[in-house]
Amino acid sequence: MKLIGWAIVLAAAGLTPAAAAQSPQASEPVSAAATQPAVEGAVDHSAHNMPAPAAQVTPPTPGFGVPDGRKGNQEQVTEIGREAQSFHDNWLLVLCAVISVVVLGLLGYAMVRYRRSAHPVPSRNSHNTTLEVVWTLLPVLILVAIAIPSIRLLRHQYSPPKADLTVKVIGNQWHWTYEYPDNGVSYDSYMLKERDDPTRQPGQRARTDADGPPLLAADERMVIPAGKVVKFIVTSNDVIHAFWVPAFWNKIDANPGRLNEIWAKVDRPGVYFGQCTELCGARHAYMPIAVEVVPPARFAAWVGSKGGTMPGAAPPRPDSTAISPVTDARAPAAAQPEPNAGSPPAADPAAVRQPVTNQAATAQN
Amino acid sequence: MSTIPADALPLKAPKDQGPAHDAHHDADHKPGFFTRWFMSTNHKDIGTLYLIFAIVAGVIGGAISGIMRAELAEPGIQILSQGWPLGSGTANFDEWAHHWNVLITAHGLIMVFFMVMPAMIGGFGNWFVPLMIGAPDMAFPRMNNISFWLLVPAFCLLLGSSFVSGGSGMGAGTGWTVYAPLSTSGSAGPAVDMAIFALHLAGASSILGAINFITTIFNMRAPGMTLHKMPLFVWSILVTAFLLLLALPVLAGAITMLLTDRNFQTTFFDASGGGNPVLYQHLFWFFGHPEVYIMILPGFGMVSQVIATFSRKPIFGYLGMAYAMVAIGVVGFVVWAHHMFTVGMDVNTKMYFTAATMIIAVPTGVKIFSWIATMWGGSITFETPMLWAIGFIFLFTVGGVTGVVLANGGVDNYMHDTYYVVAHFHYVLSLGAVFAIFAGFYYWFPKMNGKMYNEFLGKVHFFLTFIGVNMVFFPMHFLGLDGMPRRIPDYTPAFAEWNWISTVGYMVTIAGMAVFFVNLFWSMAAGKKAPDNPWGEGATTLEWTLPSPPPFHQFSTLPKID
Repeated sequence: MKLIGWAIVLAAAGLTPAAAAQSPQASEPVSAAATQPAVEGAVDHSAHNMPAPAAQVTPPTPGFGVPDGRKGNQEQVTEIGREAQSFHDNWLLVLCAVISVVVLGLLGYAMVRYRRSAHPVPSRNSHNTTLEVVWTLLPVLILVAIAIPSIRLLRHQYSPPKADLTVKVIGNQWHWTYEYPDNGVSYDSYMLKERDDPTRQPGQRARTDADGPPLLAADERMVIPAGKVVKFIVTSNDVIHAFWVPAFWNKIDANPGRLNEIWAKVDRPGVYFGQCTELCGARHAYMPIAVEVVPPARFAAWVGSKGGTMPGAAPPRPDSTAISPVTDARAPAAAQPEPNAGSPPAADPAAVRQPVTNQAATAQN
Repeated sequence: MSTIPADALPLKAPKDQGPAHDAHHDADHKPGFFTRWFMSTNHKDIGTLYLIFAIVAGVIGGAISGIMRAELAEPGIQILSQGWPLGSGTANFDEWAHHWNVLITAHGLIMVFFMVMPAMIGGFGNWFVPLMIGAPDMAFPRMNNISFWLLVPAFCLLLGSSFVSGGSGMGAGTGWTVYAPLSTSGSAGPAVDMAIFALHLAGASSILGAINFITTIFNMRAPGMTLHKMPLFVWSILVTAFLLLLALPVLAGAITMLLTDRNFQTTFFDASGGGNPVLYQHLFWFFGHPEVYIMILPGFGMVSQVIATFSRKPIFGYLGMAYAMVAIGVVGFVVWAHHMFTVGMDVNTKMYFTAATMIIAVPTGVKIFSWIATMWGGSITFETPMLWAIGFIFLFTVGGVTGVVLANGGVDNYMHDTYYVVAHFHYVLSLGAVFAIFAGFYYWFPKMNGKMYNEFLGKVHFFLTFIGVNMVFFPMHFLGLDGMPRRIPDYTPAFAEWNWISTVGYMVTIAGMAVFFVNLFWSMAAGKKAPDNPWGEGATTLEWTLPSPPPFHQFSTLPKID
């Protein structure tokens, strides 16, 4: 691949008049060549740079929503994600490290202290009931200490507040379909191919860095409002896929003929990437998920640009205001003693913007 | 628990040669080559066949992982686009990508069904269960032969499936889990059918083997060898055999339903006909989770023998060790859905499977601590088998603690189907089960072959492998946490660095494997003659009372255990 790339560099620099004319910055071919092996690619290159849709595309922020070679979870942008990450980083990971180091230390000590040259006559001890009871019960206690926050985390993940927006996510071989049933918006989302990808169709837009990293950028992003509870209804048209945006923590399978549901309340606008995470055939690696989280006003504008309508424009929803006070009142009694700080207010989109915890267990799962 | 007093049993061994057993019709009379190796009824010969089979399959499965690591060495498609090893360098992108799925499927199935299981159960189990309980052979020697020879056509079917159409390209590209509907409506062509038949045959082989082991262990122990005096390796094979017997029929049922969904228009797993794709996953993992204990329990047994031998001490907490394995086997049957945390389950179901899964850590912890306590106060020497066993204990612990992380349903919905899971199960299998297999192989090589292996080469093999596999698999934790999904042939450049380290680790591992094969062939040809018991006073099990290699038929006069 690299050899081909270099061959094209030489060809492009020396032989192709179009390419030579196109790049006045003569010293640039190395960087340009790295991304444009094919000769058609060189032609596309010129065609591509001009329309530059990058102007409208929000680029991802480094450190958020994109993998960056780190040694831990991606930065979490939902309350539940942060709870899970904190449980993992501050508790599970610590226990893992401590247990591994203790076992390693005991092994190392035994290897050194009881090697044959230092300890020629072995003892015959083969029982110690106290010790055996202790090392049975101690792990039990540790596991209980893991299980309590773990079960609590599950309960939070499965206690969605009332949804402000529903997005139906449909897996296909090999792209995603996003439907906004309350807004009348529906479209497909395909991976953006590289400029030099020979399988890219002539009219297809190529990926730019503003779209996102290779294999993760999608031609049409899912767009959701920040600070709103979004319910994802996930299913599939063919085989099983899985919908996952690492920055939102949760992952759910897209099963044909069944509906699954997860939710997220993303508090930080930005672009977040994920991939299909259930083997779904040949192009399993090539159906990314790109989610753009925007302020609610921009979301409404986006819906409009897609030819959809905001439900707020329609007559006021009868159910939402009526129901939420009731569930609010019940939630503290039904749930654990959670700090149930901000009672999720009337479902008026404008009112939700203030920071509220999403832990108001609205017993509607 | 059935504690059968040995005296209550009827005659334990067929004394087929009669009481007037004489020297010239001796125990070492071997049949001719074809009869001996192709029509064998001798547990040691069948064990050898199993081991050779496992080595061949391991080389193929390991070569496949080499192709995969080469492809993943850097972003982009470099190897698959050469059309190698399958196909003809086609320009069809979907065929390249499909070949990747064929590789991961073949790697998984080969390593599980044709490398680890044949080596541990068929190979070491056949060789040493009769020797350790003082039996002349297995209970059903002809069935033993069938068990082995069913594996050969099974393997041929699986390999052959790579050369027939499987949908987007040649071969079955479903993953070793063969999830519907990718394996039904998603995979046209006969490849998946052939893979299913391969699993049917391999499953039948294992079920017959399991029946044989259970019968042998319950009925053919030497006088005085009570269940509570059996070596832990025999215990481990006994528990494993029960797991096989109970789990494999469920797999057989599930894949038969796949077969009829594929070919006879049933809709067990097709929602459009009233079926349910999630049902397949429940059935598969009801088999699949016990299966992972099937792959590790015999390893536990082997490591126990090795640790006790080279610490020159009896195993610490013998009964706890034995019943920890029984507990792992029992609990292993009720935790299967932790493989399906993202499938869309009720929250209470997830809570149950979270809690039940974590319980497995308790008996496993007992085993880890007991191994260390066995070393404690011992007089330890570090021959090659001991190095592998100690390496096993540490690396299995690392794989175990990440298992506890994954057991949490609320955390697993991040890790599920990422490289974190790949790292976890390779730590317990590739670094757990395989280390145990090498511990057993070096431990028993003098007994099986009659010649000593080369200690220096054995240690070089160990250290190269230890470094290599950790380089391969530890960075995968980071990749998974950073969001890299499993089963993808190409990845975004952010994952490049750790993937490159992983591929370098593979090369180190392969260097270690080369040393292993040099050692193997050199030792078989020119190794020092092995004494009956090369390991000294720590090796107390019955196989070390026999010559190395043991006579063709042993224990014509049953040993007495006091």
